[in-house]
Amino acid sequence: MIVGKQKPIDDIWEMISGYQKILVFGCNTCVAVCHQGGNKEAEILASLLRMRATQEGADIQIKDGGIERQCEHEFFESAKGSIQWADAVLSLACGVGVQFIAGKYPAKVALPGLDTLFMGDVQAPGLLTESCQGCGKCILHLTAGICPISRCAKRIMNGPCGGSTKGKCEINKELDCAWQLILDRLEALGRLDEYERVIPVKDWSTERAGGPRKLVMDKEAS
Amino acid sequence: MNAKTNSRLEKILVAGHKAVTSECGPPRGGDPSHIEEKANLIRNHVDAINITDNQTSVTRMCSLAVCIRLKLMGLEPVLQMVTRDRNRIALQSDILGAASYGISNILCLSGDHQSFGDCPTGQNVHDLDSMQLLQTVRLMCDEGKFLGGGDIDSPPKMFSGAAANPFADPYKIRVPRLAKKVACGAQFIQTQCIYNVEKFIDWMGKVCDRGLHEKVFILAGVTPLKSAGMARYMKNRVPGMDVPDDVVKRMAGVPKENQPQEGIDICVETIERLKEVKGISGFHIMAIEWEEKVPEIVERAGLYPRPQVS
Repeated sequence: MIVGKQKPIDDIWEMISGYQKILVFGCNTCVAVCHQGGNKEAEILASLLRMRATQEGADIQIKDGGIERQCEHEFFESAKGSIQWADAVLSLACGVGVQFIAGKYPAKVALPGLDTLFMGDVQAPGLLTESCQGCGKCILHLTAGICPISRCAKRIMNGPCGGSTKGKCEINKELDCAWQLILDRLEALGRLDEYERVIPVKDWSTERAGGPRKLVMDKEAS
Repeated sequence: MNAKTNSRLEKILVAGHKAVTSECGPPRGGDPSHIEEKANLIRNHVDAINITDNQTSVTRMCSLAVCIRLKLMGLEPVLQMVTRDRNRIALQSDILGAASYGISNILCLSGDHQSFGDCPTGQNVHDLDSMQLLQTVRLMCDEGKFLGGGDIDSPPKMFSGAAANPFADPYKIRVPRLAKKVACGAQFIQTQCIYNVEKFIDWMGKVCDRGLHEKVFILAGVTPLKSAGMARYMKNRVPGMDVPDDVVKRMAGVPKENQPQEGIDICVETIERLKEVKGISGFHIMAIEWEEKVPEIVERAGLYPRPQVS
């Protein structure tokens, strides 16, 4: 899922200043799992902003709301009224949702309440880790199911680099070396000899390098 | 075996001599006089001089420019290239630029992570990794092709090298990793600094068991310690460095003013011991900002005078 983190309240306050009617708008799928941008978090953030408005005597109205997903048209029906009411929508979705609102409501200002961080998993309650960068050409079959592109700080395809120490990355002793994980898993699977296969120069054109990407599904499939 | 390039380093290795290389770090400014002085200090005692490429991710004068300067001074540079800062277009382009000045040695590296340097908020590139850069060099030299498939008009001739760190983890893949670099086109190897001689000899034994020493020239890396403090720093702070306790103790066991000499002694003893080890084709002496000591080390280790090759 997509993982994000709420921006500091001071940054949000500065961002919304100058608008009169603010809708704090939750997205109740990915960013609700990390407790940063769901409808509940929208309600809490709206309360905090109202308190701040009272403290500072600001002439500002703040409502909260939310939908299941801010990245698909069909979910927006229930929020139509509150979006129409607002001057600015402070979206707690990932960057996808913020842009979707901007595109869908050209007359409304869409503001990002979160910093979108990464695509990741829930390793343990409260611990989310990055595990995919959407490079557009998966190589997990070559790397024992562990992605060096997202999990190695140098995205090294034929690792580990010389900085791997006691299973940890040179940049941070808390961070597992992805190539140590790959090797451990290859060994556990009895396939350590596969390590000597050289992964060739990668085609990055399917990644960000190739420009914004698009998937067009045929009509029957969609 | 005949040398395939104009590299003096390759010719010396092919002739069966123990090669000696060293390295110099470019300056943090536009004045080249200091690096020229450093190179001149060692010019008669080494066969080639590595020029580091923004080492530890600190912005410096570019490696290629310094290599060109050395070449114009009549010296033999080894162009270090890291994949951190440049994509495949820039790397291939720099290789051609190097070839145009007769630079014939290239060392392919991934480079330290930028978080260690002066631009921790910068992007890293890693379009290729070090092994893929080796493959690129060989493709350009041996097949006369660019990565994009086009023909190179006048292909470069490069003696291509790579680093090996026998002390990094996990140890079990240290020899397979070398084999992989050889398969990608490494013709010479310069190793990480050796302080744990026993572990290095164990690694070399396994390298020879696989016959890799017959496919690649291995230059053993050494760095003289300046102080007990430096020994402790390298032991505890530098990733992938193995400084045994007895080395730290030996450095700490002499008065501070004698520690630099003790470090030189350890370095010379290491070279003398490794000269007898099967599979070692030479030495890479990395005297970090201590280039003036390289001649003493080379002479005391019995590696002087340097052979002449045409």
